[in-house]
Amino acid sequence: MQRHLISAADLTRDDAVLILDTAEEMARVADRPIKKLPTLRGRTVVNLFFEDSTRTRISFEAAEKRLSADVINFSAKGSSVSKGESLKDTAQTLEAMGVDAVVIRHGASGAPYRLANSGWIDAAVINAGDGTHQHPTQALLDAFTMRRRLVGRDAGLGRDLAGKRITIVGDVLHSRVARSNVDLLHTLGAEVTLVAPPTLLPVGIESWPCEVSYDLDSTLPKSDAVMMLRVQRERMNAAFFPTEREYSRRYGLDADRMAKMPENAIVMHPGPMVRGMEITAEVADSDRCTAVEQVANGVSIRMAVLYLLLGGAVAETKAAPDANHAPAATQTRTEEK
Amino acid sequence: MSKILIRGAKVLGGEPQDVLIDGETIAATARQGEIDWSGAGLSAEGAEVVEADGKVLLPGLVDLHTHLREPGREDSETVLTGTRAAASGGYTAVFAMANTFPVADTAGVVEQVWRLGREHGYCDVQPIGAVTVGLEGRKLAELGAMHESAAGVTVFSDDGKCVDDAVIMRRALEYVKAFGGVVAQHAQEPRLTEGAQMNEGVVSAELGLGGWPAVAEESIIARDVLLAEHVGSRVHICHLSTAGSVEIVRWAKSRGIDVTAEVTPHHLLLTDELVRTYNPVYKVNPPLRTERDVRALREALADGTIDIVATDHAPHPHEDKDCEWAAAAMGMVGLETALSVVQATMVDTGLLDWSGVADRMSIQPAKIGRATGHGRPVSAGEPANLTLVDTAYRGFVDPAGFASRSRNTPYEGRELPGRVTHTWLRGKATLVDGKLA
Amino acid sequence: MDMQYSDARPVLEGPDIARVLTRIAHEIVERARGADDVVLLGIPTRGVFLARRLAAKLEQITGRSVPVGSLDITMYRDDLRMQPPRALARTEIPGDGVDGRLVVLVDDVLFSGRTIRAALDALNDIGRPRAVQLAVLVDRGHRELPIRADYVGKNLPTSLRETVKVQLAEEDGRDTVLLGVKQAAPGAQQ
Repeated sequence: MQRHLISAADLTRDDAVLILDTAEEMARVADRPIKKLPTLRGRTVVNLFFEDSTRTRISFEAAEKRLSADVINFSAKGSSVSKGESLKDTAQTLEAMGVDAVVIRHGASGAPYRLANSGWIDAAVINAGDGTHQHPTQALLDAFTMRRRLVGRDAGLGRDLAGKRITIVGDVLHSRVARSNVDLLHTLGAEVTLVAPPTLLPVGIESWPCEVSYDLDSTLPKSDAVMMLRVQRERMNAAFFPTEREYSRRYGLDADRMAKMPENAIVMHPGPMVRGMEITAEVADSDRCTAVEQVANGVSIRMAVLYLLLGGAVAETKAAPDANHAPAATQTRTEEK
Repeated sequence: MSKILIRGAKVLGGEPQDVLIDGETIAATARQGEIDWSGAGLSAEGAEVVEADGKVLLPGLVDLHTHLREPGREDSETVLTGTRAAASGGYTAVFAMANTFPVADTAGVVEQVWRLGREHGYCDVQPIGAVTVGLEGRKLAELGAMHESAAGVTVFSDDGKCVDDAVIMRRALEYVKAFGGVVAQHAQEPRLTEGAQMNEGVVSAELGLGGWPAVAEESIIARDVLLAEHVGSRVHICHLSTAGSVEIVRWAKSRGIDVTAEVTPHHLLLTDELVRTYNPVYKVNPPLRTERDVRALREALADGTIDIVATDHAPHPHEDKDCEWAAAAMGMVGLETALSVVQATMVDTGLLDWSGVADRMSIQPAKIGRATGHGRPVSAGEPANLTLVDTAYRGFVDPAGFASRSRNTPYEGRELPGRVTHTWLRGKATLVDGKLA
Repeated sequence: MDMQYSDARPVLEGPDIARVLTRIAHEIVERARGADDVVLLGIPTRGVFLARRLAAKLEQITGRSVPVGSLDITMYRDDLRMQPPRALARTEIPGDGVDGRLVVLVDDVLFSGRTIRAALDALNDIGRPRAVQLAVLVDRGHRELPIRADYVGKNLPTSLRETVKVQLAEEDGRDTVLLGVKQAAPGAQQ
């Protein structure tokens, strides 16, 4: 594991499996009468949200609190940021308060990378979504959900998603979720197919480790999981597609289309869903749709990430690049009585 | 004015020569050792001697594309600091872009910039006038008045913005014919580049940064060379950056269209792979392109399809680059590293010799911009605008040593060859042993 | 942790371990008056195997199955920040929970007592047992906390320079307890 979590592409297969396995143990905490662990007692985590995202913010907050971290929520709205304070100044203010980790959501692609690599702060940086770049914890919780459903809760431990066929449908161009998922799922051995109208696929996608299709119907029967991305209605004003109706007809998931999927295949959605656009209410509310599960799994994944980044010795900061890599979690546990 | 004797300089990279400067002009040149300068004939008595010792002597460099920022953004550069940077980089003339505050769209503003350049005396400053009022692309600025002003403007550009309205562009091309002017187009189709942050391609797709397609540049260039042909005017293409643009210019020239084009040093060296660092020091307009484009640009500069190297020296204060990518300003400083980058990319690679460098960085830009007295041969009777380059030098770029007020160089810590040791502007040394006079 | 055991000598062999566990099982039945409310919780990794073996023996003795589970103490350790993050082990509480029951914690070696301290904290977040007892295969002394074992397989006086390593068939392929001398391995901290 690196000291920060900026991009799903930075994770090795072993890193990713360790996070998923750790999340599996974290999930069990939620079943206990006291849903709290003392692990991050005395550590301070800031949720630095330059973009509104109540869902992601409360998911991180729940994870931080379950691990007993001290949580500071910082929303850019109504703060000095809206008065022109730079990311750098904001970061240094937090650093001065002795923050151990910064969970950052930012509208600009690369802002978390800058925060982690510019020398502005020493704290660990966790990317909670940046622009149209990456959203690594979302990809992790999606992979976690897939592994549980497609491999099994206990059977999945220590395993990846080798051979699983995952289809991601919708606005890939503007989606950090799609980018993170392609990177992570590829690392985990899954076969990814992206489906979208050509206008919503980025130029340069040919270098991504996945297949691309414009045809949803032919892809569905070959999918173990179908992830529907949110499509904002405003996109049609910029001529990405003609009308909402036409989009739904060609790329929306309804019950008829869902019937074409293999029997045990699941439907996923990172939320928030635009019902009637990319997904019908019938599909969204069906047993095959894991949207609600994904939310619950998000807390476990974020606990796992926080634990693995903050739960051990603080890695040397400001050292040579390879020192950025803290060793993977130690497996040895004897001889420490 | 005193005399200066430059001994043993490889003029345009050729055989070592002695060059005698007397006052503002070159008095004599001779093969090294051919004339005993202490003798009576062409007296160099009392001349200050500069031992060139195998360094390369070039006509003073001319930059057709500099942002001096004054008036308006003196926090990033002034005419004084910008011309000092120019002298450091071996330049004796720079063309100052019009996108100042206020915009250089009237005779008053261009005269002010021109006069400041004269007063400071580090480098001739030739203002570029805006094509349209306020760079807004709607109404022609008073091009004739700027031409007739003391500044004698001949180059017009809305640089930073594209003159995208085809009718306005056509009229501007036609209008400047009356006084031999030229429109320098910043080729960027605005609709195709809304929200654009970097070259559109493999890297932008991964980084999730708004793509800046090559076609946004190429489509404007194609349109403008056809307009120039149609109205029988000349057009200059600023900072051409793609392989496709090269093809269009090559085609236009083969057709006899009067088009000239420039390339920046950074587009000859850097690619969009650097954007993976999200370090805004690599954020520039037009954006860094791909390896394939870099190769095409070098070849085009070598074969003359691209006429000149222009720096697009774009100073920005530290805070405008010490931030997240999207919030950062576009542009990089270039005057003090241009010759080194050209040596690295063109000379050391065997694509261009030093006389070719003199052509692309002095002779042709002076010709395009009608900068009289610049870009002249190194021979007796010519103005003594000269640059002496230690081509054997290798060193690491340290922005702390820049004369420019800004430090936004993409080359910090990079090893580059060559160093300008002396610059003379009409016989007056502006740079001596690498130090500003 | 880069210990060399090549020069270590066995202090308990397979048959000894089996005998010792049988004795502990009898002691538990005796002290817990039939052991009908006992829940065995092993501390990963080897404590879990020992707990399962004890459960089997208790079943032999009492004829009833005894609930057995595992209690991972990683997140409750007091030395988390002294090492890179550790992988978590499974906490598996038997279906009926621990409330009102006699929980017997099972571990392989009792040393500083810090693991047991962490286990008591972990247990506290899971429920409220009637009582908690501790069974260990080896007590090597050098307690740093006021903790003692209720059932001890073997008291093994050691010096701090010595290492005690328990190997169990389920994990290591054989049953043995090895006593060795600590090598000066850099970074290895006991």
